[in-house]
Amino acid sequence: MKVHPLAWAALVALFAAIVGLQVLQTREQPLGLPAGVSTNLLYVRAPEFARRAALSFHALAADLYWIRTVQHYGSTKLSTEANKQYDVLYPLLDLTTSLDPYFDVAYKFGSVFLAEEYPSGAGRPDQAIAILKKGLQAQPDKWELAQELGFVYYWWLGDYDDAAMWFNRAADMTKAPDWLRPLAAVTLAQGGNRTSSRTLWTEIARSADADWLRDQATFRLKQLDAMDGIDFVESIVERYRARTGTLPSSWADMIRAGLLRAVPPDPTGTPFVLDASTGRVMLDPNSSLNPLPNRERPL
Amino acid sequence: MRVIGHVAVNVFKESVRDKILYNLVVFAVLLISASYLIGELTAGQDVKIIKDLGLASISIFGLLIAIFIGIGLVWKEVEKRSIYTLLPKPMRRQEFLLGKYFGLVLTLVINVAVMTLALYAVLAYMQAATPENIRASWPAPATDPAMLKAIALIVLELLLVTAIALFFSTFSSPFLSAMMTVAVWVIGHFNEDLRNYGATIASPVAATIAKGIYYFVPNFAAFDVKLQVVHAQPIPLRYLALTSFYGVTYVAFVLLAAVVIFSKRDFK
Repeated sequence: MKVHPLAWAALVALFAAIVGLQVLQTREQPLGLPAGVSTNLLYVRAPEFARRAALSFHALAADLYWIRTVQHYGSTKLSTEANKQYDVLYPLLDLTTSLDPYFDVAYKFGSVFLAEEYPSGAGRPDQAIAILKKGLQAQPDKWELAQELGFVYYWWLGDYDDAAMWFNRAADMTKAPDWLRPLAAVTLAQGGNRTSSRTLWTEIARSADADWLRDQATFRLKQLDAMDGIDFVESIVERYRARTGTLPSSWADMIRAGLLRAVPPDPTGTPFVLDASTGRVMLDPNSSLNPLPNRERPL
Repeated sequence: MRVIGHVAVNVFKESVRDKILYNLVVFAVLLISASYLIGELTAGQDVKIIKDLGLASISIFGLLIAIFIGIGLVWKEVEKRSIYTLLPKPMRRQEFLLGKYFGLVLTLVINVAVMTLALYAVLAYMQAATPENIRASWPAPATDPAMLKAIALIVLELLLVTAIALFFSTFSSPFLSAMMTVAVWVIGHFNEDLRNYGATIASPVAATIAKGIYYFVPNFAAFDVKLQVVHAQPIPLRYLALTSFYGVTYVAFVLLAAVVIFSKRDFK
């Protein structure tokens, strides 16, 4: 049967109308939900149900949930929304690790995603601890998971007794590296200090199996270098005060006094800022190393 | 045996004519495109995910072929009435049926072999393209030969599914045969629940029946070691041998039942 030419024209016109209307709709302001209402949807939340529904494809289902976890974390982190929420992050990780209990990266990276302070992460070190303990139940001899647990207690909670206990437990496990035992001892004896922090981040940078985690460790090491730099420059400011009886009003005063050769920079090359009223040295507000850890929480 | 061989070769040629092997192209495209895209989405888990995807695809493609070709093996001959010209020939009914079975098995084995080669080729490329320090964090090399253990058990699972599909097709319509084969395959993954049923109900009779079904329904979950091989977990040789023996025994049982039913079927 021959198709009427008008039918073809109508088909093209309707198709163009569909696309055009969709373009218009996209430009419209979304109706939106009240602030604080999450739009993150998770159809399945029960790990046992997911395990059964996956039949013999547990690993593949775990991979799909892992991809969703990474997407959820990444898109929420990059989002500029005021009320962005990581509310399905833990359920996604729970599903991933229930479907594939050997998925080490889901425990390790998942704990980083969960523990990182809001808005860069979920700000839930309690959930990071829960996911790592779940991993240790599945693989009781996985020292990396025990070390990560120690790290969460150390870095995010400032609980050095528990941190040392987990570093020690990790050191007791087979194939554990030599540096864990001294780290546990230093953590227990001195609490958080830059030496143990540097050891931790150096090992994370060395052993990280993903670029972003290595970048994160490198960033933290630069922050520690910046803190060392600030201490050093503040000691020079103190020498200036001891010599002249006043605080320097600018870096130029200290250069003229022969105490500095140039304006001191942080490890990214951005010059430090001198607070002339207190003599405190700090990062330039535009420095990518902000905020330094010990300004908001102890090391 | 010669007759079985002839029928089997014809089934294989027919599957080639029916473009069944086109699924290999889909598999190759899926793997290659996934290996390009997945690295961006998975925070460095691309090799693990390609292994999972490859093994799951081998299993899924195989299952689809085993079920949807298996159910038509006998039915097509009846529908086209070619069975009336075949049966009077010097060929016993069991030879016809076993020939059909082994023909589809040949198709499946060739399919799985080609897919396995493609999977190893993609993984070898990924291994070569990955820096040494990243490779050191993998639980096993990308081209770990231990994956062949999982593939061998997938093949056994497919042999059993094909036998079950053929069994149902000897007395039922293709639609019902497909439904029943899929149902048995799904139930075969919930065996563990049947075994533990007694703990949740008061009736000892119901618990005994559930346990009886547990021992009889094919335990398809036993053939799944994909997760373990990808994480380089040990799979004892004893487990492999016992599961293989279980699979082969079950296939023999189902084929024999199919032969008995087919021998008694009246085509007049």
